[in-house]
Amino acid sequence: MVPVSYYVALSAILFSIGTLGVLIRRNAIVIFMSVELMLNSANLLFVAFSRLYDLEGQIFVFFVMTVAAAEVAVGLAMIVAVFRNKRSIDIDQISSMKG
Amino acid sequence: MTPDVILFLILAVVAIASALGMLLSKNAVYSALYLILNLATIAVFYLLLGAPFIAMVQVTVYAGAIMVLFLFVIMLLGAEQLRRARTLGWQQPVAVVLAVVLVAEATYIIFTKTSSLPDIEAAEAGFGSPQAIGELLFNQYLLPFEITSVLLLVAMIGAIVMTRDGKKKE
Repeated sequence: MVPVSYYVALSAILFSIGTLGVLIRRNAIVIFMSVELMLNSANLLFVAFSRLYDLEGQIFVFFVMTVAAAEVAVGLAMIVAVFRNKRSIDIDQISSMKG
Repeated sequence: MTPDVILFLILAVVAIASALGMLLSKNAVYSALYLILNLATIAVFYLLLGAPFIAMVQVTVYAGAIMVLFLFVIMLLGAEQLRRARTLGWQQPVAVVLAVVLVAEATYIIFTKTSSLPDIEAAEAGFGSPQAIGELLFNQYLLPFEITSVLLLVAMIGAIVMTRDGKKKE
């Protein structure tokens, strides 16, 4: 039987890869996909612990997925709006408020 | 090593490799395809953990609907690759070092603090089935479920308002 700490370790590694993606990529859509990866690593951990304790972790994962779907719809709309104004989704170019 | 652990390790290697592929691909379309592979692997993990309903939702909503939306926007904007225009050269190595530190301290805490947690046994029949999830969702969590529908409506209206052309006022 798989120890639950293996799942915790896998989740931590996936979360760190997502964090790294947010930090080093400049394409706004890839940054957004990295955020999705981080959400998924947290979901994996919720399901693993729901196996140990109670079914309610899975309910929480269900709500996280719904919120993520809403977030993707709004976020991609924002990216399209930024692209209309700037002609680019390189986040290094979005520096209008730089002093 | 039991077959369970071997299966876990193979799936974990696939998950981490596809996550790294997403991180390192120059082309955003390849990143999206690697992320779909990663989400499918996590759906298999859900099946192993006795969550068949969540696994199916993962495949249809995440790997299906959300990633189609991503691919659609990438191809709509023609944003597969960015031109080379680096403004912060020192930022990338610093980020890599910080991520390695994050992994190291997370691994340290996991393997020193969670040793008392029990192993995951095979799920009994009916655990995490659509029936069990539905009963819990519509009895105990009915109000959050309804609030979720309002949230999705607001997100839909927000997406339409933000992408609308603001000049046609009359």
